[in-house]
Amino acid sequence: MDVIVLQLLTGLAGASTLFLVAAGLTVIFGVTRVVNFSHGSLYMLGAFIAWSILTRLPREPEFFILGILATAIATAATGALLEVALLRRIYRAPELLQLLATFGVVLVVQDAALFLWGPVDLSLSRPRWLRGAIEVMGLRFPLYDAALIAIGPSVLGLLLLLFHRTRWGLLVRAATQDRDMAAALGVDQRMLFTSVFALGAGLAGLGGALALPQGSANLNMDLAVIADAFVVVVVGGMGSLGGAFLAALLIGVLNAFGIVLVPKITLVLVFLVMAVVLVLRPHGLLGRPQAMARAEVEALSPIRPAPPALQILGAVALALAIAAPFLAGPYLLTVLTEAAVAVLFAAALHVMMGPGGMASFGHAAWFGIGAYAAAFAAKSLAAPMAVGLLLAPLAAGAVALAVGGFVVRMSGVYLAMLTLAFAQIAWAVAFQWVDVTGGDNGVLGVWPDPWAANPWTLYWLALVLCIGGALLLRRALFAPFGFALRASRDSALRAEAIGLDTTSLRLAAFVLAGAAAGLSGAVFAYAKGSVFPTYMAIPHSVDALVMVLLGGVQTMAGPVVGAVSYTLLHSWLLTSDLWRLKLGLLIVVLVLAFPAGIAGAAASAWARVRR
Amino acid sequence: MPIFRRTLLAAGTTTLAATLAAPAILRAQSTSAPIRIGEVNSYTAIPAFTLPYRLGWQLAVEQVNAAGGVLGRKLEVISHDDAGKPQDAVRLASALLDESRVDLLAGGFLSNVGLALSDVARQRKRLFVASEPLTDALVWEQGHRYCYRLRPSTYMQVSMLVDDAVKLGAKRWVTVSPNYEYGQSLVKWFKLLMQQRQPGIEFVAEQWPALGRIDAGATAAALAQARPDAIFNGTFGPDLTNFVRQGNTRGLFEKRGVVSVLTGEPEYLEPLGDETPEGWIVTGWPIETVTDPTNRAFIDAYTKRFNEAPKMGSVVGHATITAIAAGIAKSGSVETEAMADGFKGARFPTPFGPAIWRHQDNQGTLGTFVGRTTVKNGRGQMVDWRYVDGADAMPSDDEVRRLRPA
Repeated sequence: MDVIVLQLLTGLAGASTLFLVAAGLTVIFGVTRVVNFSHGSLYMLGAFIAWSILTRLPREPEFFILGILATAIATAATGALLEVALLRRIYRAPELLQLLATFGVVLVVQDAALFLWGPVDLSLSRPRWLRGAIEVMGLRFPLYDAALIAIGPSVLGLLLLLFHRTRWGLLVRAATQDRDMAAALGVDQRMLFTSVFALGAGLAGLGGALALPQGSANLNMDLAVIADAFVVVVVGGMGSLGGAFLAALLIGVLNAFGIVLVPKITLVLVFLVMAVVLVLRPHGLLGRPQAMARAEVEALSPIRPAPPALQILGAVALALAIAAPFLAGPYLLTVLTEAAVAVLFAAALHVMMGPGGMASFGHAAWFGIGAYAAAFAAKSLAAPMAVGLLLAPLAAGAVALAVGGFVVRMSGVYLAMLTLAFAQIAWAVAFQWVDVTGGDNGVLGVWPDPWAANPWTLYWLALVLCIGGALLLRRALFAPFGFALRASRDSALRAEAIGLDTTSLRLAAFVLAGAAAGLSGAVFAYAKGSVFPTYMAIPHSVDALVMVLLGGVQTMAGPVVGAVSYTLLHSWLLTSDLWRLKLGLLIVVLVLAFPAGIAGAAASAWARVRR
Repeated sequence: MPIFRRTLLAAGTTTLAATLAAPAILRAQSTSAPIRIGEVNSYTAIPAFTLPYRLGWQLAVEQVNAAGGVLGRKLEVISHDDAGKPQDAVRLASALLDESRVDLLAGGFLSNVGLALSDVARQRKRLFVASEPLTDALVWEQGHRYCYRLRPSTYMQVSMLVDDAVKLGAKRWVTVSPNYEYGQSLVKWFKLLMQQRQPGIEFVAEQWPALGRIDAGATAAALAQARPDAIFNGTFGPDLTNFVRQGNTRGLFEKRGVVSVLTGEPEYLEPLGDETPEGWIVTGWPIETVTDPTNRAFIDAYTKRFNEAPKMGSVVGHATITAIAAGIAKSGSVETEAMADGFKGARFPTPFGPAIWRHQDNQGTLGTFVGRTTVKNGRGQMVDWRYVDGADAMPSDDEVRRLRPA
């Protein structure tokens, strides 16, 4: 009994920590609809700034509290700056572009923090009073954790007061419900958004600062918390503070008891919870269906076949790609092989995201399943490469079919997060099922058959499979299937009224995207010679998103342009110093310059010239 | 700096021999161009270890070159960041081999990155000297003639600690280790070796926090619940700091023996500060109290050059270069097949003293220090330490032959 009480208290303390991280994210999303990927960076900055402040202050409790508050104000100011300088300029841009911009910020902050605070983990020497413990049924429980249990609900209470008892809070709630109506009634949106963003950033900083006495400020904090924060927000229902608190409680307590019973569940517990909750409640615990922003109701202009000039450009690019081995050195050829793989990977995501209207945060899952299928064919079955290349899209497509039933019923960020949950579960299986997958050491020696081992042959094979695959996907989007798919995206009601089965259409697009990504994974496996769980980890899913958004979601050439330019940029920058800073800044600049993506910008420039 | 004088002498004699033996064309070529080492490591993903590591190899390159280089040629290192992803490491390896025309590959921190690079080396028949990855697979199950590994593996780290662990006389053990290959293999070896040495020992609970995301309170409470006599720990870095703080406050470590891998390394001990627990049995490097001239010479040279104290990473980085230099000098050439044979048995100086590339499995015999932790002047330190040579921490040659099919 005593043990259960202690574990419960521990779970509550964990829940408070989680809530503090997630609260800011959910506040920001509720009002601005920005999926703020840099929330983890603000949390990390909070820990570092708190270290810088607290190590200069006396060690009494009152100075500690003062330092923590100063940190929250400093990160709030950082957040306001971020909003004014960057996000304010792209609110009108397509959905999720803000995610790309904040991803650039994440990269920049990583290098900036390394430059400012150095590589060593910075820990705050805890004064005596922070090390104390209280006795709970004869067992010791840290005083600081007990304080955290109180701080979580207090912050929730203060936020609720702020939202329900002040005029500012009233405006925020109005904007959360219907921001266009609020704007029409004369609410200054710019002020409101900036202040909300500052509040959210301040909460992130507060979370980071309060985490400091429990450990250290270190450079891996940002990515360590961001996924958990998103999960809490989504499980709770996006934009719902109370929901986030409930979700944090659920996850914190389940975690405290879960790891006693199944210690290895740590990798995947939060994502299992999210998958179960979303399958049962598609808008989270306390979430409501998102009010449609007006812009989303407007149908996008129909796609047209490429104009002759673009067709010629495409043909020239293809001819160049085919001739590449004669022109490029061996290393560039390796990079181009990867670019070909990336084209199919991004094109597959584009089918879902663009015409399908289903953004995915877990697209790497299908890539990884394809790669593992190829590895399985090569190592366990000792089958020729062709078998692996055939098995991969089948395996990925089959899993996509099984999962898709749950996914396509949902929409927006919830759908994206459910795909992330499945991807993380798949990742954890690959990571943990050591006997079959080799765990994180991966499967080695997945090299191509002798006939394709030559880098030139391998490149051409990749070109045929990946560019061919991407062209087939494009063909499908110009077929009646593609029109029907876009119809169900633009207006599900009207599409159903004319007899389209929207669920099946979305499911078909989902399976198609999964199978195509699976094929790209298999080609990648043979090109690299090895398969690792990192192929289906979150960063790889982010890569896919970046490629599609960089190219332009609502253009047909977008994924191709995005995949090629991102692969070339990334591989070129990776060999230089401060590559994260450069890549991050470049992404930010591209987002500001081309909010509709590179291909989107080219298309509108072309349209202007023609007129 | 006695060690470098020795390298210089060794390199000098070998160069002389090579110069006399080699045909004129080769000689002309060898004096002009530097020997290129292509280095790949997780500089952005694991900066706490790899940035001191980079300074370490930079210092070694300067020293080797100041002493005349190897085979009469300067050393040049072309270094890239793999961002902690094996797929990027593989691509960079081909960039280094095909574009930069390096003579051999080196580096790696994460086990999977090390294995990915090793597989490239096997496929392309080029030499790869793994500096840091600790996985046993690198030299045993997946070992091959083109891959050498410098640091003591997970097996070696554990076997160095087992003597002291047995002396604790504890019957009920619990383990906590990060949930990936490194952590899993530490626990596997610890259980195996302890059960051989101390029959009747029990492992009553285990915790597997996700790397970098430990829920320290819940983990500490779960371990305490099993009422163990002793704890085996494999966590390090930020996870370790969190775990130690929760454990201290909750009294988890009181009256319990703790055996802990890597905790004595300066990069992991430093953040613990005055909360470093007393009396843990750890592997590491007692930088404050080592007195022998070899260690001191390295510490002084490093501190003078970079104005900061070296870390364990610095030692590994430095030894990587001296080990490669000695291997090349003994091979008398940078031709891959010559090096794959020639590295075997090459003796090289390290900041910890002389070491050798083993014939049996291409493992370096660089050792590590075993001691106990304590707090002095508000900082964690290692006391009662001894240096364990890597050669003494290996299983029997028969066992190695069984483990290494290649």
